[in-house]
Amino acid sequence: MEPAGDAGRFFGEPDGGIDMKRFVELFEALDRTTKTNAKVAALVAYFREAEPADAAWAVYFLTGQRLKRLVGTRELREWTGEFSGLSAWLVEDSYEHVGDLAETMTLLVPEPDTPPDDLPSLHRMVEEEIRPLGKMTDDARRAAVSEQWRRLPGTARFLYNKLITGALRVGVSKRLVTRALAELAGVDPGLTAHRLMGDWQPKPENFRRLLAGEGEGGQDHATPYPFFLASPLQAAPETLGPPREWRAEWKWDGIRAQLIRRAGETILWSRGEERLDGRFPEIEQAAANLPDGTVIDGEVMAWQSDAHADRPLPFSMLQTRIGRKKPGAKTLETTPAVLLAFDLLEADGRDLRDRSLHQRLEMLSGVVDLAGDAIRASEPVAFERWDALPELRASSRERGVEGLMLKRTDSPYRVGRKRGDWWKWKVDPYTFDGVLLYAQPGHGRRSGLFTDYTFAVHSGRDLVPVAKAYSGLKQTEIDELDRWIRSHTRERFGPVRSVEPVHVFELAFEGIARSGRHKSGIALRFPRIQRWRRDLKVEDADRLEDLERLLGKSPI
Amino acid sequence: MKSRDLLRPDAGGLYCAAGDFWIDPLKPVARAIVTHAHADHARSGSGDYHTARENLPILAARIGEGAPHSGHEPGRPFDLGDVRVTLFPAGHIFGSSWVRIESDTGTWGVSGDFKRAPDPTCAPFQPAPVDVWLTECTFGLPVYRWPDPGQVVDEIHEWWQACRRANRPAVLFCYALGKAQRILAELAGRTVEPVWMHGAMRPLVDAYRKAGVEMLEARLVSEAEKGEKFGGQLILAPPSAAGSPWMRRFPGHSAGFVSGWMRIRGNRRRRGYDRGFVMSDHADWPALVDTAEAMGASRVITIHGNGEALAGYLNGRGIEAESWNLRATLADSSASPTAGST
Repeated sequence: MEPAGDAGRFFGEPDGGIDMKRFVELFEALDRTTKTNAKVAALVAYFREAEPADAAWAVYFLTGQRLKRLVGTRELREWTGEFSGLSAWLVEDSYEHVGDLAETMTLLVPEPDTPPDDLPSLHRMVEEEIRPLGKMTDDARRAAVSEQWRRLPGTARFLYNKLITGALRVGVSKRLVTRALAELAGVDPGLTAHRLMGDWQPKPENFRRLLAGEGEGGQDHATPYPFFLASPLQAAPETLGPPREWRAEWKWDGIRAQLIRRAGETILWSRGEERLDGRFPEIEQAAANLPDGTVIDGEVMAWQSDAHADRPLPFSMLQTRIGRKKPGAKTLETTPAVLLAFDLLEADGRDLRDRSLHQRLEMLSGVVDLAGDAIRASEPVAFERWDALPELRASSRERGVEGLMLKRTDSPYRVGRKRGDWWKWKVDPYTFDGVLLYAQPGHGRRSGLFTDYTFAVHSGRDLVPVAKAYSGLKQTEIDELDRWIRSHTRERFGPVRSVEPVHVFELAFEGIARSGRHKSGIALRFPRIQRWRRDLKVEDADRLEDLERLLGKSPI
Repeated sequence: MKSRDLLRPDAGGLYCAAGDFWIDPLKPVARAIVTHAHADHARSGSGDYHTARENLPILAARIGEGAPHSGHEPGRPFDLGDVRVTLFPAGHIFGSSWVRIESDTGTWGVSGDFKRAPDPTCAPFQPAPVDVWLTECTFGLPVYRWPDPGQVVDEIHEWWQACRRANRPAVLFCYALGKAQRILAELAGRTVEPVWMHGAMRPLVDAYRKAGVEMLEARLVSEAEKGEKFGGQLILAPPSAAGSPWMRRFPGHSAGFVSGWMRIRGNRRRRGYDRGFVMSDHADWPALVDTAEAMGASRVITIHGNGEALAGYLNGRGIEAESWNLRATLADSSASPTAGST
């Protein structure tokens, strides 16, 4: 591939596909409405007209998939400076203000004097102009990017910049794309969701398969089923009806996973649709005895099972396993993993999702019996009356679980987050009062506003940072705080500003662990802002000792 | 700041001791020069107001007619204390001006808010030589470059027509003073069809019309017939109306916002506007830089906005430049969200 210097190749010659302008128009249509129906209509119109080779890439990007980073951000900032004649610091200031590198580049690099008459098709743009960037020499890469900058106008250039820097977020969810494709194919959205699962590749034949009717198209044997997701229970469990129609289980604090045994192969998918193959060899080994055509839904947990105990290990220990593609013998010994199986989606190659939970679980117990020790059944929590549950739920932290799950025993296995049959009833989070110490601008929707905050607690006479949080405030509070931060900045460190310690916030978090990487010596799990405590003064905020006291109790 | 500076920031805003007046004071003072009638520049309660003659009716509509108002012709100097003051058109909104102050220690210019792009509702910015140029800097980063206003008005018109085809109301949010009238004047060149407006715009649209600015007819939404659904109609509304119960009058509407801030996609998405139209009454980055150079000043001071980037950039081009933060000066002595809690 030598895209650089070969001027006019894609802009003069027709290339079979529809011009990328059609994709640009789709992006603009999606970007110019907040209404779901209008977005779906725009998607349907595009998928109907587009060449499968282009549409496949459109599906890929719009469902949130991304190319791996092809050009370093440092390089891109340098080139932006060169092209716009601006110093590096001014490019940085602009980036900090805009909050999105692709957009900053688009705004700073001058527009072409004469926009080209036509653009390459989306698939040629991606396959022949963008993907090869990763393998080029630095000089060739610079020449290739600058050639596009010289040619592409407005939105097309913005999209090009988005694609070379990472994900294309346009306010369209995977669910909406699924809905549009299902509408066009005339099939149930659940089937389309299934077809889009796993490592979906942007090839024309795969796009055609997405639009196939019911019972056509076929499926790769590695494709997982869409996960059924529980909704948070807000009302009291008594509102769910008779307790005998429900099954309670512990809500495990691990990695939700789907184990597939097909064609003599074992495939383990996370809920984020990442393949976990190789990371948990003990689970794969335990699955080796399972018959072909078996799919289990469950939770991967770090688990202590020896003479002393039979219980979950803290999530922080499981985390040490996630990053290791091939764990060594020592890791396997200190942090053994298991799959806690709680549902059976396929047996003997038959899709069981329409059967009742009760039936699926009966079949599951037979399957678990065939498997090795590292696949265990997630046992029910016995209860006869709803009023027995609050006390059990209150014991969650001691047991190392997040709370309770409540599942209707006659319910099918649904697609995605559908309310009504599966509820999660989590234990209340920990809370503390922290002082706002640093702020930095957010990205995307929050760009240009100070929305990323660092909070501290007292330690001796100092304030030590213990948590970063991004969410939890109302827009009016964010605006107010943003104005205050701008006029009460003490120091600037790049995009980060230190502010006068004045404001106290109540923060919630899920767990706490010792950490050598943090100055405070502790790490909090999933901290978020609960509310602005205007009634509290700085001296009312919590002390580090208050948090440390939780260390022994929390199985993070 | 230097000890012999003709102007200096204080609790009242920008003060000129030699002439004993404040420019666009932040609180009531004895004598004020007011560059234009936007709320962050024109406040009531001062003893004596000097402003452009054209600005008198607009200022009266905003802050009342209680105090003595002196109206001055553009380009015609008048004396205040030991200095000579001249108001020149700033091109920001109708009646806006920038202030030139001549003194024994040199000539200073204070921009107020200004723009260089054409605007059918006001006289264009008129440059004049100064030694020190105090420039607004609302859009003081190079990402802010305005497209041609004519092209943006075309976009607005096309959007309205697209809403017409879909029989949806097109609600266009814009500031009630300046932007609303500019839109009405620009659209008058493209259609004769009347539009609707929010009641808050009425006095200012009337004042513009009385001053002879030609604009499209605009009717009050409150005077529409009961049951009017506004399908395919264009409605101008101040940004404060967004999300208010008033918006229920426009079922299924498409929402647009006309502002320089719409240059950044995140600003539009955060507020949930369907369309952002990039048109501003402020100077964009190239205009800020060009104007600073065109005024022939040996020293530039940025005020009103995030001026550090522009000051740094001008320094790099050999112009002595610094940034004054008038609002931070103010913030020490007045309202912060938690005043009193520390």
